[in-house]
Amino acid sequence: MHTYADENFGPIHFLWRWMGLICLEGGLSTNTMISINDLSYSFDPQQKYPVLSGLSMNVKHGEFVSVIGASGCGKSTLFKIIAGLSEPTSGDIIWQDATSSANTRLGNIAYMPQQDLLLPWRSVLDNCLLPWEVTQNRSKAETISLIREMLERFGLAEVEQAYPNELSGGMRQRIAFLRTLVTGADLMLLDEPFGALDAITKREMHKWLTGLWDGLAKTVLFITHDLEEAILLSDRIYLMSGSQSKAPMQEFIVDLPRPRHSAMNYDPRFLKLREDLEKRLYDTHSS
Amino acid sequence: MILTLLKRYLRDYGLALLLLLFLLVCWETVVRLEWIPSFILPAPTSIWIALVENQRLLFGQHLPATLQEVFIGFILSVVLGSLLGTGMHLSRRLEKALYPFIIISQTIPLIALSPIFIFWFGYSLAGKVAVVFLTAFFPVVVGSFDGLRKGAEGYRELLLTMGASRRHLLTKIQIPLALPSFFSGLKLSIVYCVIGATIGEWLGGSKGLGYFSRRMAGNLQSDEMFAAVFLLSALGLVLFLILVLLEKILFMKRGSSRS
Repeated sequence: MHTYADENFGPIHFLWRWMGLICLEGGLSTNTMISINDLSYSFDPQQKYPVLSGLSMNVKHGEFVSVIGASGCGKSTLFKIIAGLSEPTSGDIIWQDATSSANTRLGNIAYMPQQDLLLPWRSVLDNCLLPWEVTQNRSKAETISLIREMLERFGLAEVEQAYPNELSGGMRQRIAFLRTLVTGADLMLLDEPFGALDAITKREMHKWLTGLWDGLAKTVLFITHDLEEAILLSDRIYLMSGSQSKAPMQEFIVDLPRPRHSAMNYDPRFLKLREDLEKRLYDTHSS
Repeated sequence: MILTLLKRYLRDYGLALLLLLFLLVCWETVVRLEWIPSFILPAPTSIWIALVENQRLLFGQHLPATLQEVFIGFILSVVLGSLLGTGMHLSRRLEKALYPFIIISQTIPLIALSPIFIFWFGYSLAGKVAVVFLTAFFPVVVGSFDGLRKGAEGYRELLLTMGASRRHLLTKIQIPLALPSFFSGLKLSIVYCVIGATIGEWLGGSKGLGYFSRRMAGNLQSDEMFAAVFLLSALGLVLFLILVLLEKILFMKRGSSRS
């Protein structure tokens, strides 16, 4: 497992880790972080009204993959299953090259919900310490210096001792993201992290995240409603439609170069992708 | 600084004070004019005089006795009440088994049970503490139980994905989230404690403000009786305010009080 103990981020470190994995476990199959096969889920035992049915998708190491789809198509349910909060009705999830149950994944995949869910009675630093308090996976001093370093990088060094309700929505979201990073998990599930922010703050967050992404060496699965956001941030996008659909998951590849930056919104290639994506989305929903 | 604080208090409580003053003056006038006989309703000034005249007896003997019952009863209520509340939160089975009995315990008219209580405990301290506990533990149970159940589903799921155990869930989120509700329970409970102690002393005994007021009522010494009642209600108020202060100090560090 990758931990922050070796504090090398950046592309060389990333490549090294990647190659290490390939050499150790042999073959390119280890390239896949998580793969989901023919997954179904329904709340009632008779499976009359499935929330999810026949879903398949995969995420590779170091990839940024978005899932977009209309409200109520089961995106959040999918994330809860991946995180290990609930067990699927059928289908399997291959994680770390083995079929996994919800219990093996729970606690090992980081999850960032739509609301920041910062604890209002804890300062910023103490909020970020929460994952460590639960796992105690390294020394406290080490964790604090790691958090301080990240706060610095995130432009939040001055608010270390502030309380969440003294901060703006964008700051709170960045702190929640930082807290997710502190878990040390390689795979991060972000459930509409910028969904509750206003348009201006959201753009700021895009700028911030695109600037940060290439140094993080993380794998992200990202839920959003926002097409531009999905194209700007992702390597691939999955279009998710309701469980009644014939093709519940469709793949869409975003071949824009990295590092990305938020001004790419006006790039002709970006606009073309956006048009294609919108058409695909429309076709999926009208079929 | 002190002046602005004074101004704020005057603005917040000025009207209530004015009303109180007005009521006291009316009361005094009505009794002085002998519209109501003074053994039925003594004048505020004579209550005050009775309070001053009996101060050694009231403050030296009866108030400490009542205070002792209140304290022991309150501590028992808080300890057992929060243990019960937490236990019922942690175990569904315990909740199902105990909740009906806890509610039934509150529907028993305590006064009607008084002869039994005297059989069981005699006129001792234990009997009074038992009455205090029976009247005052319920708000603590409900306060802690409801507080712990409060909609923390989002937090719960987040902590589970971090690898939290049940103990973590309880200590990191459920208990901190339950504190405001727990304190509401405590504030109700302390007021009930004073009432419980008074009832306990009415059942029998030889000291305490409840006992004193009953004896004075029997002698038609209304001044003294009212003095004791005044002290009892002042006691409840002061204890309540102490808890409010404690709550404020405790939540000062929380971001929630800074909004």
